[in-house]
Amino acid sequence: MYAALADTDLGRVIGDDDGTGDRRVDGVDDAELLALYRSLVLLRTYDERSVVYHSQGRIGTYAIFWNHEAIQAGAVHALRDDDWIFPSYRESAIGLLRGMPPTTILQWWRGHPSGWWNPADWNLGSIAVPIATQVPHAAGLAWGKKLRGEDSCALVFFGDGATSEGAFHEGINLAAVMNAPLVLMCNNNQWAISTPIAAQTRARALADKAVGYGIPGVRVDGLDVLAVHEATRDAVDRARAGGGPTLIEALHYRAAPHGTADDPRAYVDSARVAEERGRECVGRYERYLRRAGLLDDALVAEIKDAALQAMREGITAAEAEAPADPELLFANAYVGPPGNMRNG
Amino acid sequence: MAELTLLEAVNDALHTELERDADVMVLGEDVGRAGGVFRATAGLLERFGAGRCVDTPLAEAGLLGGAVGLCMAGWRPVVEMQYDAFSYPCLDQLITHVGRYHWRTGGRMEFPLTIRMPYGGGVRAPELHGDSPEAYYVHTPGIKVAIPSTPADAKGLLAAAIRDPDPVVIFEPKLVYRTARGEVPEGDYVVPLGKARIAREGTDVTLIAYGAMVNVCELTAEALDVSCEVIDIRSLRPLDEETILDSVAKTGRVVIVHEAPRTAGFGAELAALIAERAIFDLQGPVLRVTGYDVPYPYWTIEDAYMPSVERVSAAVRSLLG
Ligand SMILES: Cc1ncc(C[n+]2csc(CCOP(=O)(O)OP(=O)(O)O)c2C)c(N)n1
Ligand SMILES: [Mg+2]
Repeated sequence: MYAALADTDLGRVIGDDDGTGDRRVDGVDDAELLALYRSLVLLRTYDERSVVYHSQGRIGTYAIFWNHEAIQAGAVHALRDDDWIFPSYRESAIGLLRGMPPTTILQWWRGHPSGWWNPADWNLGSIAVPIATQVPHAAGLAWGKKLRGEDSCALVFFGDGATSEGAFHEGINLAAVMNAPLVLMCNNNQWAISTPIAAQTRARALADKAVGYGIPGVRVDGLDVLAVHEATRDAVDRARAGGGPTLIEALHYRAAPHGTADDPRAYVDSARVAEERGRECVGRYERYLRRAGLLDDALVAEIKDAALQAMREGITAAEAEAPADPELLFANAYVGPPGNMRNG
Repeated sequence: MAELTLLEAVNDALHTELERDADVMVLGEDVGRAGGVFRATAGLLERFGAGRCVDTPLAEAGLLGGAVGLCMAGWRPVVEMQYDAFSYPCLDQLITHVGRYHWRTGGRMEFPLTIRMPYGGGVRAPELHGDSPEAYYVHTPGIKVAIPSTPADAKGLLAAAIRDPDPVVIFEPKLVYRTARGEVPEGDYVVPLGKARIAREGTDVTLIAYGAMVNVCELTAEALDVSCEVIDIRSLRPLDEETILDSVAKTGRVVIVHEAPRTAGFGAELAALIAERAIFDLQGPVLRVTGYDVPYPYWTIEDAYMPSVERVSAAVRSLLG
């Protein structure tokens, strides 16, 4: 059942630009299709504006997620609001899809304390900076919900590089053994900073790793928002029905620098990057919706304007906030602070 | 002599040591094709080939554990941890094996590996890019630890670490990677482990520091109308007790500065040493100026966390009454 996947085709829903291969995902109505588009545009706008804000010195170092939007929106749209999300730095803006204001996330990248949220307010874990460390958290949350008899599940995002870390292995194995309702979404952009996937693993596909944990592994086109959505929805359904975790590998190719501090020219194949940029996921979905008669120029403009407006308001609000009080050094390190905490 | 930055001096040491000894190899995340995220390993892949400058999978425990095995196969691995806080997965290997394997073999096998990593705060980076984890490492028996503050020492201490028969960890103060500049001897150059450097001579008070805090102490000394002796200990283990105790005998007053959190930080060890061996030389309490016992903060308020000239000056003034 869990045979090696590398030789099979990637899961796809969106066809070629002439419409060949287009299909609909069962149970996803027109309104949901448009909601997905809004999310893609919101994420894309957040990312593109952030790169500009960084160049203007208005935010700090920033991890670019350009062309990762289909994975992020496709997966999150398969969740209920009571399901939990565990992001890495690459999914820093994922809270937008839960209604979190852009200001909050901008503040995280501005090193301002109002960028830190209570996970319970959004069912959204903190942004994990150390690679793969969030995987066991998600396993524990999903397992804990199950123990409590609740039927919510968890979705954890991590990269291809993360699959080399011990924490990934330990987390996925724990989830499998506990039959925890967890979806493990591997954003395989084929690079970990300068390290290509071939230097990371000898596996033919990262989804194949699921075999070793005794769980299903699925591989989809990471630039096809509907394929990601469908695979995640199936995994969520299985998890909720008591079927345990699923590993989804969303395959694409990083077409932007690792972050604003990275200069990929030293290691990346720029012809390949140019080709990937031509296949970017938001335009591809936009054309699909146009073919389906769901989107026209006016609606595209309206959706893009709304996203831009949200970002403008977000950065304005972020910049209007008072700078952090240094007193906050001592806030919240402990529930019951030790008496000598201020000695230094 | 050439004038280099601290980062260039690290790069120079790696080139020199790989040239000198065919058993030396460099391994880590992004050290090869990219030349390291700070470019400390730039040029090594081109010069020495993919067998001696190796891009590894993203796995710090595997990286350090692998280096243990490489030692058993006769190599002298130099392992780069990409950042201070990203070294933490390797602590399992460090504590359970790296620090005790030589002992476990009855002294018959050596593990001459080196771990080097950028460390410390003040660089306006996201969470977990500003930690000072030296106490975790120096608390592990069997491990030597050194921290340069100048380009020449960055080269010389790294060379000493690579040639040393024991596992040595070198923490490189990333805050001054590109701002610390100085003359660095060309070619073979070793600064022995276990020798402190008197960065500035003085008679009223001894300021003891390492890494980026040495500069803070020197600036304090310049700012104050007090004769400060600044000791850059350079090596946490082995520790040059003599230089410290001689200085305390001369000044009778001590301020220890580090950016790591206070409790069980290396300053506590230095204070205990002085209490044990020099208590009758003291004319006042041994003071520490350190980070606080809180997680390293978001960068907009990191300056309030880091020991500053103001905080060190206040400590000095309080000793002089
Ligand atoms: C434990 C740990 N080691 C090293 C790093 C430094 N680092 C930051 S991002 C990165 C690459 C991660 O690659 P991948 O998992 O593929 O995710 P991507 O960045 O491609 O989304 C590395 C090595 C880190 N953050 N955490
Ligand atoms: Mg990646």
